[in-house]
Amino acid sequence: MQITGAQLFVKALKEEQVDTLFAYPGGQAIDLFNALYGEKDIEVILPRHEQALVHAADGYARSTGKVGVCLVTSGPGATNLVTGIATANYDSVPLVCFTGQVATSLIGNDAFQEVDIVGITRSICKYAVTVRNRDELATVIKKAFYIARTGKPGVVVVDLPKDIQQQKGSDEYPEQVEIRGYKPKTSVHIGQIKKAVDLLNKAKKPVFLIGGGVNIAHANQEMTKLAELTGIPVITTIMGKGAIPTDHELYVGNIGIHGSFAANSAISNCDVLFSIGTRFNDRITGKIEEFASNATIIHIDIDSASISRNIAVDIPIVADAKNAIEALLKKASPLKIDGWREQIIEWKKNYPITMHQDGLTPQRIIQSINQVFDDAVITTDVGQNQLWTTQYLEIGENKQLLTSGGLGTMGYGFPAGIGAKLGNPEKDVVVVSGDGGMQMNIQEMATAVVYELPMTICILNNGYLGNVRQWQEMFFDKRYSCTCLRYRRSCESACSTPGAECPVYTPDFVKLAESYGAKGIRVTKPEEIEGALLEAKNNKKVPTIIEFIIEREANVMPMVPPGNSLSDMILESGDTE
Amino acid sequence: MMKKRWICLLVENDIGALARIAGLFSGKSYNLDSLTAGPTEDETVSRMTISLTSDDKTFEQVKKQLNRSVEVIKVIDYTDIAIHRKELMYIKVNNCSNKDMTEVFRIAQVYEVKVIDYGPATALLECVQAEQRNDDLIRLLQKCFVNRIEVVRGGSVAIEAVNMS
Repeated sequence: MQITGAQLFVKALKEEQVDTLFAYPGGQAIDLFNALYGEKDIEVILPRHEQALVHAADGYARSTGKVGVCLVTSGPGATNLVTGIATANYDSVPLVCFTGQVATSLIGNDAFQEVDIVGITRSICKYAVTVRNRDELATVIKKAFYIARTGKPGVVVVDLPKDIQQQKGSDEYPEQVEIRGYKPKTSVHIGQIKKAVDLLNKAKKPVFLIGGGVNIAHANQEMTKLAELTGIPVITTIMGKGAIPTDHELYVGNIGIHGSFAANSAISNCDVLFSIGTRFNDRITGKIEEFASNATIIHIDIDSASISRNIAVDIPIVADAKNAIEALLKKASPLKIDGWREQIIEWKKNYPITMHQDGLTPQRIIQSINQVFDDAVITTDVGQNQLWTTQYLEIGENKQLLTSGGLGTMGYGFPAGIGAKLGNPEKDVVVVSGDGGMQMNIQEMATAVVYELPMTICILNNGYLGNVRQWQEMFFDKRYSCTCLRYRRSCESACSTPGAECPVYTPDFVKLAESYGAKGIRVTKPEEIEGALLEAKNNKKVPTIIEFIIEREANVMPMVPPGNSLSDMILESGDTE
Repeated sequence: MMKKRWICLLVENDIGALARIAGLFSGKSYNLDSLTAGPTEDETVSRMTISLTSDDKTFEQVKKQLNRSVEVIKVIDYTDIAIHRKELMYIKVNNCSNKDMTEVFRIAQVYEVKVIDYGPATALLECVQAEQRNDDLIRLLQKCFVNRIEVVRGGSVAIEAVNMS
């Protein structure tokens, strides 16, 4: 049967079992939207901005394990996706983004709303392609889904010119595709696994360092088993948090510039570092020359390009984390490292991550979230809210953390929470944001309300872009350049002293929530935290914003100052010289 | 160790493949000495010859990054194996006196390059040689005929030598 490209597009989505499509219409996508009209099997979600749209698809994909699918128009619709594409690709999230495009005859003519989105996104996605021929449309879409979800997952951009959408052609959709240059690795090199196990068996002070790869491969149970079998303590990156339950006795904490003293000390003192699914980003290594300088390093990663890039690896293993851990489970055996474990427990006990201030501290807020929510997806924005959450959040089997780890995209948390709620209607969704990041996609309050998504949105309001302010306090002599969100033009221009007489904050988040038809609660005292969270949790009709008025200059501690090694941490605020 | 490296790259002969490869080099700050591309005996495959100067660690990354591109079919390291490689270069020498012209012909003879076009005051050399030899020739002609030469270079193409063992 002959059908239009737009009809084939809808058929392809159904064949790929897409049940939720994040979409924003426009002139060069109108045929695709027409084909979607009245479609029962695919729910089309219309956010209020394309950037939030792609973050929502990202949150949906991370929380469900399915491919997130976006559809936008050409030109500005497409360019508004750029930040979200980079965000998702950096964190290995499978997305397929369809962009409308001017007709092939107009490409290159500077037509209305024409941009070269394939050229723009080429370096920030896994694969990008313009469909230039109606005959290849089905194969291109099939390839897009295959590439996005396999290997190291990532973002594929498919640019669909208007004439291709309208042209009639075959209705066939292929069952599988063959791409000669793309063969995701599914096997594990057993020789390398043996070498790794031999090395482990001789180790006196081994640790696991687990990155996001274990969560992406859904290998959490296997990882927990491996830790229990060997007795080796587990350290995670921010993206790896939850690889084993955070209340597990073998869990040490997060590594990195805001990691725990115990985790960073264990890395600095270990003799074998067994890392899985991390790329040794600069935020986790500190001064690279002194990173795990006493250790022999084993590294498992699906992406060979991540191995021996930032640090030299002794035993490289290119494999999917789950396959590799399963292979390890067959060969590994218990280690006698009681003394080493006790040493780590002592570090943990003597130097816990904690905030020493009284009152409404982020620590208390996150710890209350731990108590109130047990079956939940928690998303964060970027900055202090993210760092405090990753420090204090407890994650077990029924909890998942979504955060923009690689790109560090402000404005991510709230729309990602919307996507997570759409994908997990039975779970609670808690968004932890700052007052800065929340305003980067605040318009999505409308989306959350109209799609009837009850969720808990916690805004930690300190009236600052707090993470940058913290750096300005610690390393730039308190010169708070452009970080105060209570600033008015009538203020003194160089102010580093927040006080009671500061102008009132704008917007009023409680009134803002109400104006959208949502619920707004303001919390100013610690004893109100739990009640507010429970009220939000039990509000099953509309989203609830809880604005927590936190101390203006609270810092994220401990911290490894820039250029220092992991063993050289500032433990508390005021410890800087 | 910093040294000259050679890569033979087979990629899908699609629109954008060249941009992807070239963009990888610029985006990741890899130095690129030359890159040539053209279709092969199979018109769906494009073959590139890439030369770059780098240390071992960077070169490993270059190969891995090329390999992970969906468009790339195969990456072959030509650095330490027997290959034939040549670059096509044209050099035009302008404003030549009779004496200059004699000199151009003498240089062409020594360098074993052809004079393929000729006018009252201009000579055109066609040079098909190793890149290094072309560099030398440019330097020499620049010295002899200051500001009077025009150069166009095609970049090197390389192929593995026939193995007799």
